[in-house]
Amino acid sequence: MRLAKIDWLLGAVLLAMMVGASACGSSSDNGSASNLPTKIGKTEGQLNLVAWEGYAEPKWVKPYEAKTGCKVHAKYAGSSDEMVTLMRQGGGGQYDMVSASGDASLRLIRGGEVQPMNVDLVPEWKNFFPQLQSPPHNTVDGKHYGISLQWGPNTLLYNTKSVTPAPTSWSAIYGSQYKGELSVPANPIQIADAALYLSKTQPSLGISDPYELTEAQLNAAGELLKKQKSLIKKYWALASDEIELFKNGDVVMGAAWPYQYSQLKAAKEPVEQIIPKEGATGWADTWMLSANAKHPNCAYEWVNWVSSPKVQAEQATTYGETPVNTKACGEMEKIEKGSCEVYHANAPASYFDSIKFWRTPVAECGNGQDDCMDYSKWQQKWTEVTG
Amino acid sequence: MNATGLAAPASGSTRDRVSAALFRRPWLRGGLLLSGPLAWFVLIYLAALVVLFISSLWSVDSFTGDVVHSWTLKNFETLVEVDTYRTIALRTIGIAAAVTLTDAVLALPFAFFAVRIAPRRLQGALFVAVLIPLWSSYLVRVYIWRLILAKDGVLNWALEQLGLGALNIGYSNWAMWIVFSYIWLPFMILPIWAAIERVPDSMIEASADLGARGWRTFRSVLFPLILPGIAAGSIFTFSLTLGDYITPTLVGGAGSDFIGNVVYQNVGVASNVPFAAAFATVPLVVMGVYLLIARRLGAFEAL
Repeated sequence: MRLAKIDWLLGAVLLAMMVGASACGSSSDNGSASNLPTKIGKTEGQLNLVAWEGYAEPKWVKPYEAKTGCKVHAKYAGSSDEMVTLMRQGGGGQYDMVSASGDASLRLIRGGEVQPMNVDLVPEWKNFFPQLQSPPHNTVDGKHYGISLQWGPNTLLYNTKSVTPAPTSWSAIYGSQYKGELSVPANPIQIADAALYLSKTQPSLGISDPYELTEAQLNAAGELLKKQKSLIKKYWALASDEIELFKNGDVVMGAAWPYQYSQLKAAKEPVEQIIPKEGATGWADTWMLSANAKHPNCAYEWVNWVSSPKVQAEQATTYGETPVNTKACGEMEKIEKGSCEVYHANAPASYFDSIKFWRTPVAECGNGQDDCMDYSKWQQKWTEVTG
Repeated sequence: MNATGLAAPASGSTRDRVSAALFRRPWLRGGLLLSGPLAWFVLIYLAALVVLFISSLWSVDSFTGDVVHSWTLKNFETLVEVDTYRTIALRTIGIAAAVTLTDAVLALPFAFFAVRIAPRRLQGALFVAVLIPLWSSYLVRVYIWRLILAKDGVLNWALEQLGLGALNIGYSNWAMWIVFSYIWLPFMILPIWAAIERVPDSMIEASADLGARGWRTFRSVLFPLILPGIAAGSIFTFSLTLGDYITPTLVGGAGSDFIGNVVYQNVGVASNVPFAAAFATVPLVVMGVYLLIARRLGAFEAL
């Protein structure tokens, strides 16, 4: 290879960049909402889903396909942000539904990627926990952008052999006692965990809702997380990462999902999980209908199917989460004695209220002022903290 | 001899005429031959870079996540103003440089031994040994290192057997340095190997005849001749490390993000493609500068 050519090449790249920069420019339009259907019509033969891994298990997908004739194609996503990205790409007609968590749902609603649904077409909806019939993460201005699915808390997971005495507070992952042996999720929404902790330990900051933070409050949470960074072994991106960290002894305590707990328990690891005294953040998932869904009738059949007590119970016991349908408790007992209690399906409202569910942070706070930090600010702060 | 006679070859089939035209115009021949690869290069490769650069001048509506197609330098301002991005860029470049240096130090004696000292059969075996890791998946090799460096891993077990204290380097910048150095080592060895092979024996002998001992021969004869090979290898190790994001994700600890990780987060997670594009131009510029330096060292003759 001759040398002069390389100069040439670099020159060509720069020139092309300059020429390109002087061209281009267009605008795009959002999808528009459609009128609500009043009945479920003839099914279209297929249904395309974006889902959390395992939310479309053969156990309940096969009977659905047999019953409705809708063939299910599921694309698994690894994070809320990936779900949003998938629903935005390709104009939104590629997928009919998404099992969005609360921190994705508002973004999808605002971006116009999803459309309102008629809850009258989902009879089981009336049996849902009252708090999950019209929760703020999927119901805006009285419009239901989807049907709630399952929910659960983010817990404090610890190794019972290495961590004594057992922790009772989130301070365990902000103090230096287990320096270099902690793990928390690699996810900007983790800021809410810090904010929740601060709302209890530093009342002077005036944090009333961990998802509605002013600039000063976000900075305070950022400071706490920066201090925590020196204690962290690794930020986990996949649930399996944290499981491996616990198994290899690299980590003895961390913020986790009940999923990790049940996996480690099944592997006979000495672990326990708690909801610390400050309370916990959590997730509540919603099946949302794409604004440009090509198979809306199959979609309505699907939410009806997964809302039924039996399927609710199957999914809850498979993944260790809590069903939204209050009638699921009996079905869970049939599958596994005592599981209704274990997965909180019969828990009082106070348990539900102790969990601060993931929501997309937006600029408008409940206080009527638009001075809260939105999600892009959270992401920036998170990068500043962990980068 | 008449007009018809002269025209006869030209008035043959179209094929004859085309081949005659091509024969008379070598530049056209070369142009046609190159048009395929050239079109690929311009359309796919250069155009992609252009699009990358253009989109780095756009922004994202934080409400809807839509890309706003109006010019702004905001992304580049953020890159300069926020300390974190500077730290990440410097960490990326620093580790890439450290890996390159490490690989050069490891590869040089190895290649020298393999080419100049090892008997023929051993040489073949060494060559295969260098290449074998490349047959397994990159991911597998990184995951294996994760197990080796873990707290209850092989490394700490071995250290404790030897009576030395356990090292706590799993999930850290040290781990990244080790893993990167291991993974890219073959890409350093091969160009150096080729460069050493190309040095004629007569030069070494001449050096000895003139009274130079081993070290002197290496310093004044061999090293200058294989320097282009080292530079060529360094292009691979440096650029491969610079652009990686998987190893930092898998073996890095808290605060081990590379430029690639930020790009990945902004594309796949935050849907802020313009900012990702802006940050992605940083390694491009770094590599541009690096190639210019490598060129001066004669790396392109050694490729």
